[in-house]
Amino acid sequence: MSQNRDQFRPPNHPNDHFLLTTVVGSYPKPKWVDRARDLHEDPEADFDDDAWQEAKDDASRLITDEHERAGLDVVVDGEMRRNEMVEYFAHRIEGYEFNGPVKVWGHNTFDKPSVVSDVEYDETWLVEEYEFTASVTDKPVKVPITGPYTLANWSFNEAYEDTEALAHDLADLVNEEVERLVDAGARYVQIDEPALATTPDDHAIVGDCLERIADGIPEDVRIGLHVCYGDYSRIYPEILDFPVDEFDLELANGDYEQLDVFKDPEFTADLALGVVDAHVAEVESVEQIKENIQKGLEVVPPEQLTVSPDCGLKLLPREVAYEKMANLVTAAREVEEELDAGEIDVERSAVTADD
Amino acid sequence: MTERVATTPGVFPLPDWAKDDLADLKGHQKHDLIDGTESEEIVDVYDQAREEVVARQQTAGLDRAVEGQLRWDDMLAHPLAVHDAVETRGIVRYYDNNNFYRDPVVTGDLTFDGDIAAELEAASELVEDDELQAVVPGPYSLSDLATDEHYGDEADFLDAVADFLAGEVEAFPEVETLFVLEPSLVENPPGEEADEDERASEAVDAVAGAVGSDTDVVVQTYWGALDEKVHAHLLDADFDALGYDFVSNSEDNLYNINEYGTKDSIAAGVVDGQNTLVEDPEKIAERADWLEENTPAAEFETMYLTPNTELFYLPYSTFEEKLAALGEATDIAEVKA
Repeated sequence: MSQNRDQFRPPNHPNDHFLLTTVVGSYPKPKWVDRARDLHEDPEADFDDDAWQEAKDDASRLITDEHERAGLDVVVDGEMRRNEMVEYFAHRIEGYEFNGPVKVWGHNTFDKPSVVSDVEYDETWLVEEYEFTASVTDKPVKVPITGPYTLANWSFNEAYEDTEALAHDLADLVNEEVERLVDAGARYVQIDEPALATTPDDHAIVGDCLERIADGIPEDVRIGLHVCYGDYSRIYPEILDFPVDEFDLELANGDYEQLDVFKDPEFTADLALGVVDAHVAEVESVEQIKENIQKGLEVVPPEQLTVSPDCGLKLLPREVAYEKMANLVTAAREVEEELDAGEIDVERSAVTADD
Repeated sequence: MTERVATTPGVFPLPDWAKDDLADLKGHQKHDLIDGTESEEIVDVYDQAREEVVARQQTAGLDRAVEGQLRWDDMLAHPLAVHDAVETRGIVRYYDNNNFYRDPVVTGDLTFDGDIAAELEAASELVEDDELQAVVPGPYSLSDLATDEHYGDEADFLDAVADFLAGEVEAFPEVETLFVLEPSLVENPPGEEADEDERASEAVDAVAGAVGSDTDVVVQTYWGALDEKVHAHLLDADFDALGYDFVSNSEDNLYNINEYGTKDSIAAGVVDGQNTLVEDPEKIAERADWLEENTPAAEFETMYLTPNTELFYLPYSTFEEKLAALGEATDIAEVKA
């Protein structure tokens, strides 16, 4: 298990047991943020850079506060400053160019960027976002970063021999960004690799990238890896060799059908278990979420369990996203109480340092 | 002497203005997509966009012009997605891409529809007589992309899809060429059990046989190379040219051709339909030379030079550049000859 988890335990935590509660990252944007963006992009509107900056700051403050009110132990600002998970970064990396929108499905498009020359680090990507978020909350802040494999795989590659070579170079840039975030005070970073779900056979590339990302990062900085829904049996147990503290997995969406995959061999890292579905607008009851949390206890002991939604919540109506987070926290606290009282049998004991 | 023909497998990106206009008119949700009953305003946008992409192909100097398949919100699953006996359900992944389509669930008899024929009628007014090219999904791929809740048996379902497509093709106006796109033959190949590979070939034969005798039929495969047996069985079907993807896998495709032979004509996927790096026309022409040199046993009547895949993956501006490069590539060959 990871040794850097205790720093996220709140000083006034009510129970002996501690299930770390957090979110994956993205959150529905208030409608006025989209309107402000449109105004900022409209040359005829009287909405300058300062006004747009203020709108983004307001949104970040609002959503960070919403996470805090839900009772989460570790918060995020809901990625209010980011438009899309690849575009946002590609705009800040030298070597990328944009040729226009491409279709994802129906009339949903994204500005899929092209890598036209060697990628290079230019301005910081997320330090401003982190510093602002940390300044408006007393809670620890997690920083989600799109992983190098996804940045490579979801771009057109005009310049590199293959996706692997591009991903390796991008991993070095992510490493530099993580170093800067750590300098700014960040202690919890999550690498998002949704592309791995499509091409699970490339897990070795993701592993190599993570070696590069973790290189030189202090032990007390918690590094997580988020992988969306896919055939997990094709990446497990290989991922246990990755240099990360925690794996954040989407399992509620598939009704925990794949849970057994992670039981053999023993799950040695921390598990951030998805306990609410990010694709269904129905709010799970506290009872239902408690049952889901106990699924996690079939895989890891409480000391290794983080509780979070399956995936980013940004596609849900905002009130639904909030209710899901609030119920998730209530459920986690109740499970902790029951663990304290010895009412829940824990199947697995903690991995000792000798293992 | 091999004639070189520059063309594409269709399924184009929408021009950027049409992307915006249609997103506003139709919306972004699942139920907003094309179901064959679109309003006049929406039809107008598609008409204008169709004119634009047909003109673009002509300006680029392509030898065939496709309608563009701009209405195909669900890509190759489109002909079923608009059918009355089909319910579109969840959003599912389109092959190994970061693209999605509505799962078409067949719940009744696949009777004649006429949706593609209507598109072609509209396009036929914009092109010369010998220019028009139709595009359909192959029966194997279309059945692979769909879910059957009516026919019950995999073989019966494939037959029904083939019959349906054949009926659609029979209603086409006269076309010079018909492209039948069969990526599933590579991506999710038929097995040997229960003669699946033979049945896939018979299904292709049924669709290819539905065109008039003056139309050349090209069966395009992509995202790798066919298994040897699937390739051999496919050649039993009656059509004019088999298409190979020389972007993703030239070695195995070349092996298949030299080991088992191919049709009298060939389609060579030599332009990358999924990367914004625009090929140099000289390089495209050299690729065609390379193919002729490396298939010593074959003397092709026609070599169709095409992108390996559909083109909707590309930004519109890159798509335009790719068409121009392709058109120029066949000019180079003609000058040399």
